[in-house]
Amino acid sequence: MSTTRKIAVGTLAAALGVSTLTACGTDSGKDAGAGGTASKTVTLVSHDSFNASPAVLKEFTRQTGLTVKVLKSGDAGEAVNKAVLTKGAPQGDVFFGVDNTLLSRALDNGIFEPYEAKGLDRIPEAVQLDKGEHRVTPVDTGEICVNYDKKYFADRKLVPPQTFDDLAKPAYKDLLVVENPERSSPGLGFLLGTAARYGDEGWQDYWKKLKANGVKVVDSWELAYNQEFSGSAGGRKAKGDRPLVVSYASSPPVEVLYAEPQPAEAPTGVSTGTCFQQTEFAGLLTGAKNPDGGKALIDFLIGRKFQEDMPLQMFVNPVAEDAQLPELFTKHGAEVDRPYTVAPAKIAEKRDQWIQTWSSLVLK
Amino acid sequence: MALPVAFFAVFFAYPVTAIVGRGLRTDDGWQLGRLGDVLGRPDVLDVLWFTTWQALASTALTLLVALPGAYVLARFDFPGKGLLRAVVTVPFVLPTVVVGTAFLAVLGRGGLLDELWGVRLDTTVWAILLAHVFFNYAVVVRTVGGLWAQLDPRQEEAARVLGASRLGAWRRVTLPALAPAVAAAALMVFLFTYTSFGIVQILGGPAYRTLEAEIYRQTAQLLDLPTAAVLTLVQFAAVGAILAVHARTVRRREAELALVDAAGTARRPRGAGQWALLGTVLATIVLLLLLPLGVLVERSFDGGLGYYRALQDAGAGGGTFLVPPVEAIGNSLEYALAATVLALLIGGLAAAALTLPPSRLRSGGGTRTPAAGRLVRGFDALLMLPLGVSAVTVGFGFLITLDEPPLDLRSSWILVPLAQALVGVPFVVRTVLPVLRAVDARLREAAAVLGASPWRVWREVDLPMVGRALLVAAGFAFAVSLGEFGATVFIARPDDPTLPVAVARLLGRPGELNYGQAMALSTILMVVCAVALLLLERVRVDRSGEL
Repeated sequence: MSTTRKIAVGTLAAALGVSTLTACGTDSGKDAGAGGTASKTVTLVSHDSFNASPAVLKEFTRQTGLTVKVLKSGDAGEAVNKAVLTKGAPQGDVFFGVDNTLLSRALDNGIFEPYEAKGLDRIPEAVQLDKGEHRVTPVDTGEICVNYDKKYFADRKLVPPQTFDDLAKPAYKDLLVVENPERSSPGLGFLLGTAARYGDEGWQDYWKKLKANGVKVVDSWELAYNQEFSGSAGGRKAKGDRPLVVSYASSPPVEVLYAEPQPAEAPTGVSTGTCFQQTEFAGLLTGAKNPDGGKALIDFLIGRKFQEDMPLQMFVNPVAEDAQLPELFTKHGAEVDRPYTVAPAKIAEKRDQWIQTWSSLVLK
Repeated sequence: MALPVAFFAVFFAYPVTAIVGRGLRTDDGWQLGRLGDVLGRPDVLDVLWFTTWQALASTALTLLVALPGAYVLARFDFPGKGLLRAVVTVPFVLPTVVVGTAFLAVLGRGGLLDELWGVRLDTTVWAILLAHVFFNYAVVVRTVGGLWAQLDPRQEEAARVLGASRLGAWRRVTLPALAPAVAAAALMVFLFTYTSFGIVQILGGPAYRTLEAEIYRQTAQLLDLPTAAVLTLVQFAAVGAILAVHARTVRRREAELALVDAAGTARRPRGAGQWALLGTVLATIVLLLLLPLGVLVERSFDGGLGYYRALQDAGAGGGTFLVPPVEAIGNSLEYALAATVLALLIGGLAAAALTLPPSRLRSGGGTRTPAAGRLVRGFDALLMLPLGVSAVTVGFGFLITLDEPPLDLRSSWILVPLAQALVGVPFVVRTVLPVLRAVDARLREAAAVLGASPWRVWREVDLPMVGRALLVAAGFAFAVSLGEFGATVFIARPDDPTLPVAVARLLGRPGELNYGQAMALSTILMVVCAVALLLLERVRVDRSGEL
């Protein structure tokens, strides 16, 4: 392949020459590729939903002298799959955002190095799904639940549904919109929740009932929540006519946060008997250029500072027991006592088959 | 010719081969038997069938709707024409996320049609087809219109004087001259709709899937690389076949045209028929292109100027961005500029190489061989391939190949313009080539006889004639990069989002303010595109210095 290499170098030189010309005069603070010394930056690879306040990232720099570079790599599934594809030549040092539905794929492909984070004792053992080897460290949890439009049910003097069973009742016919589990992580979470609730075989009957009860399927959370759902700001504008949607337990506080003016009460509520728990993990990537910086970053992710910053940045719950939830969450959020879960190994084994069965059952 | 070939080898052939190889090569060599396995699956056949027929329908519909528009914009002179030309191009550069949302607001539940007549078209094929026309209207208007404006009307007049009927004159004079451009436009539209992804995802609902959407699903979501690789090859073969057919048509039809300056060919419409045509075209543009855009703008102002003000906070979108979303505009413009320069350079060189008289392409022995002709044709087709190869495949190919020095570009900002240029080059080539080929070779020969070097011939003869086409091409390349969403999305980058990516992120978060900001940012993106295109419209390259 030496000719390819030669051509490559020639082309690259030309391309870079051109781009330098165009970049002249523009104040581009962009990192020109693999520049910068490895010891001064640590690279965090994550999904598009990753957020942190600049102040908190600066705090990490103050503590360690390292700058965090964030690479957003697509949605959760895509980001994990890219990490698998680039195994051994990873795009960064730490990966954050692999959740329990994808965990087995990541672990089986061996993309993480074991590392026992400092401060792990403040994290409940229940969410430490790789306790034996510490290849991943839990960072946050969130629940996927049905949200309801309070006004719709109040206007009709109808009690909002609270459980999976309720959703299949005639009183709630043609009211629910869900996401396609194949293309959307809340959609998958909801399907897994039904599988946890009704068992390996029973969930299919349940979905037949849901289908008979007029469940609507759309492809993405955006469409479901901002177009079809009558309780969200976007949905009200789009004249959405479905008062029930699969979203997150943290969606109601968000509706409050981003409304102008902020209402005293959230316009939406959570059906707490329909929740599936997602836990997100971080891990040190095998072949990281800056493993020591990566370890420090994982420690920081479960540190109190970052844990308390997360809720309003990513609308998830901290895992650390000493982290305080913001008032917005305690006031408008929902307490989910018993969210449903499925073991990662079982998800890995059954997911594709379940999704296929679901498709032929619900979409055909 | 060397530079374009090298560019394509490194940034296209190598990554695509690598990712396909991951799926089809094991330790025992290539597993081509997988081709048959995958292609025998009924779900795959469904996807193939749907992809093909919707692309054909979309192309036919687009030509039907847009050709009158191309004629009007090329041959009629009326106030606001430049603005209109820029406006029709705007849809083409909007991210599919935005278009999907806008179309839902018109066709979907509680949308305009629903309120007026109780008609709902979302999750139907019609929504997909209409959105495809919306996107590709500009392709036809600009490719065909660009040439139409430069055809000498006196040729048709001469035919009329010699006794041809109006229709006959048009059929024998104008149509043959236009055919390559129409074919090129149809080809582009077909390619775009064949590889349509975002639109189908948003408007089609879960029931419809194109090949491109299926490749994405298999790669990004299921990590089923063998299936994805097979589908990529199928798409490759299909696109290759289309291009081969196209190349044959163009070669058969290629005529040397007498091109004149576009400024002189347009006239004010005369007579009721022409005015009616103009009116119809304008009405079409308003209904099909402006209405969805209008809905977007209207929603962005729902909160007065509040959404726009919110865009300037670094905390906008609840910290979705580490920088104010407004900065995404700057990022986008920088990327687009870099991508445009790259695309013009590579595409311009390629087009020049393709029009060189065959004798200049010495294949060793110095005489023209059939092999040299084939080489040129192969090169021509090669340049078009990126349009038809899935952005997903290219993005993932980048990911697994550009990971070691000197090509460790995975997190470099240059990767984005590179990927965008890859898509931009075919536009440049397709826009410039018909005009370049139409330049009378005798002019070049005369210049050469008079002692001009090849470079000078190109500068003195070709450049003035293709200047306008180059500008149009630059506008296209710029606009494509500005709205490009596919490839860009698959490239992980430090947190400096482009406009489309920023819009998608805002739409992906709950809350009124985020939704409003997404609409506001889309509106800004529209305006930026319109202004950029309008500026290009104003530039004229002829020496008379008129603006």
